[in-house]
Amino acid sequence: MNKGVAVTGMGIFSAIGNNTAANYRSLILGKHGISSSEILETIHKNLPVGEIKISNESLAEDLNLPENHSFSRAALLGAFAVKEAVTQSSWKIDNETGFISGTSVGGMDATETYFKDFTEGKTDNNRFIRAQHPGFTTEKIAEYFGITEFVSTISTACSSGANAIMLGARMIKAGKLKRVIVGGTDCLTKFTLNGFNSLMILSDEQCKPFDESRNGLNLGEGAAYLVLEGEEELNGKPVLGRISGYGNANDAFHQTASSENGEGAFLAMQKALKTAGISSKKIDYINAHGTATRNNDSAETEALKRIFSKNLPDFSSTKAFTGHTLAAAGALEAVYSLLSLQNQQVFSNLNFSDPMQSSGFIPVTNLKEKPIKYVLSNSFGFGGNCTSLIFRKNGE
Amino acid sequence: MGNKIYINGIGIVSAQEEDLFSEGFASTYYENIFPVISPNYRDFIKPMALRRMSKAIKMGITSAKIALKEAEIEVPDAIITGTGEGCKQDTEKFLENMLDQNEKLLTPTSFIQSTHNTIGGQIALNLGCKNYNVTYTQNSVSLETALLDAQMQFDEDPFLNSILVGGVDEISEKITSFRKLDGQLKSVPIKNLDLLKEDSTGTITSEGAYFFALSNKRKENTYAEIQNVSIKNTIPPEKINEEIEAFLETNKLDPADIDTMILGMNGDNRYDYFYKNLQQKLFKNTTQLAYKHLVGDFDTASGYAIYLAGNILKSGKIPSILKLNDIESKAPKNILIYNQYLGRDHSLILLSAF
Repeated sequence: MNKGVAVTGMGIFSAIGNNTAANYRSLILGKHGISSSEILETIHKNLPVGEIKISNESLAEDLNLPENHSFSRAALLGAFAVKEAVTQSSWKIDNETGFISGTSVGGMDATETYFKDFTEGKTDNNRFIRAQHPGFTTEKIAEYFGITEFVSTISTACSSGANAIMLGARMIKAGKLKRVIVGGTDCLTKFTLNGFNSLMILSDEQCKPFDESRNGLNLGEGAAYLVLEGEEELNGKPVLGRISGYGNANDAFHQTASSENGEGAFLAMQKALKTAGISSKKIDYINAHGTATRNNDSAETEALKRIFSKNLPDFSSTKAFTGHTLAAAGALEAVYSLLSLQNQQVFSNLNFSDPMQSSGFIPVTNLKEKPIKYVLSNSFGFGGNCTSLIFRKNGE
Repeated sequence: MGNKIYINGIGIVSAQEEDLFSEGFASTYYENIFPVISPNYRDFIKPMALRRMSKAIKMGITSAKIALKEAEIEVPDAIITGTGEGCKQDTEKFLENMLDQNEKLLTPTSFIQSTHNTIGGQIALNLGCKNYNVTYTQNSVSLETALLDAQMQFDEDPFLNSILVGGVDEISEKITSFRKLDGQLKSVPIKNLDLLKEDSTGTITSEGAYFFALSNKRKENTYAEIQNVSIKNTIPPEKINEEIEAFLETNKLDPADIDTMILGMNGDNRYDYFYKNLQQKLFKNTTQLAYKHLVGDFDTASGYAIYLAGNILKSGKIPSILKLNDIESKAPKNILIYNQYLGRDHSLILLSAF
């Protein structure tokens, strides 16, 4: 067992709330954020999404941005979540603060809006040309908070946020940074909605993770960030929880589909347990990737079987609350894992009725109170990228 | 940092032939966007798979395989990729179809391959490599973040033998040409070899893939040792000399210990002062080299500088087409690579002969 890296701040913005308290309230009340899209302009109104019902204009105004700002929507959402995390951790950003953000969509919302204009040679909105770089979105957030030193972006599809947390924890452990803000942000775009739709893995109803009749995911948007600090920086400040394990592996099976036995997921969880220095029996709750696609949930349950055999702990997917927020998912679910540790509660897996025939696994379907010391959180993405994180209650 | 890291294999696909070192011949281009010289991809990738691949994936897998083969590694312990804009061709294709067809009747192929981690994922798939796999996408420090991660991996795990690290970026018809609209590219076509004589805004661009097989063990054909890597998002122009001195100090070196400096000058007179400042002050008496007049500037172009540094340290030769000054470096020992883009995302890479 190792002590793990201290988390001293967290911030979140999702379809179920614009800060941690609001997200927690929705989680314990079982209040989901899935709806028909109103902000995203698409013809696919039949596809439910986890949309944040606040316009870019209003977000920019709240952040006091000038009218000609070049923040992508992911940067706007990200700035809110970072603000909350930094405020909670109560310190001033200095030249030993790093920033690592996961994003897959980046500024695609701007690219898809202005693509035709740019093709026609129109230069009115040319400040958004570089938005196609994921690093552009990260840099906008860094700029807003005056972070000038180590700034980087991870783009490993739906495991980006989890990988950002993993890199941050490793850098703190290695003494490369004193503190680092880690997490992820992604917004809804026509590009991703149509992409997932063309793959026929979007559900036209509310998603049903781990249910036999699950028929696809709901896309979502959001941002979440944690502040990680080195031990010698803490000076008695409250620690929200610790990152004690992490593991990253590749499924090496198919660009978008997971292998039948969930090899990548299995390896990622195995490595996470190893870095945490604990056996699988110590895990009290699993916040699963659980996207509600046929393929993911079946591969993930196979991998869980292989890790936990007959001792499967309580598990649930919170994606039915928020939708699948892609690169941000691992970060959102890190916040939920920490809330689970703080409040000693397992959040429910909504919309579940029939167990999958292949596994018979039954997730937690009603808010459950119990002693929780270790939470495992899974994030798997396109390109076979699989990452698992283990969070530990502080002080135990 | 603790453990030593050696470059034991290099694979590149770039706009220049590899005989730059033997014959000193450089390819000339007269457009501000120019493609790579394609190798025979069929030698590395099965024809069936090749058909579906965009250029970034082809270049990535090919250069990765060349690097691994040279280092005699079958499956590396980690694959870490840097890319500024990822699979731009597939992104552009799906985006255009979506806009033209008003979100109707779309096929998923190009979407599937549009994610930034497709290159790293496809290399893993091709090699059957289930190990650590991450993709960094931070503009001009994408490849450098990958190197930093590799450096940490070697420090964390003494049982690690090899890591494949590389940078890839491709040009696409439309998205790349948008850079003409915001001043990133020069407004009139120039000859690439004249880039550094230019006194105008913008630069020229191309594409490429640079993969490096890293190991903590030396081999007979080792190129160089990677001493250290550092990235920094923002540096005030007047602080650049101090920053580099501080970096050298952490590596217990003086500026005088650096015999060769490879600068990322890209002919953009709005930002080249970062380099000029160093040329005139800290590294006045150092052999100064540049390379973007050969391969253009793009997010992972600094991979070409690492390739050059590796070959210079191994062969002791410096092709004259790279030289910015007349200072001779008899037996190059320590090479420092400095790069930035549009005044942001600064990086330093220190390599040494071993």
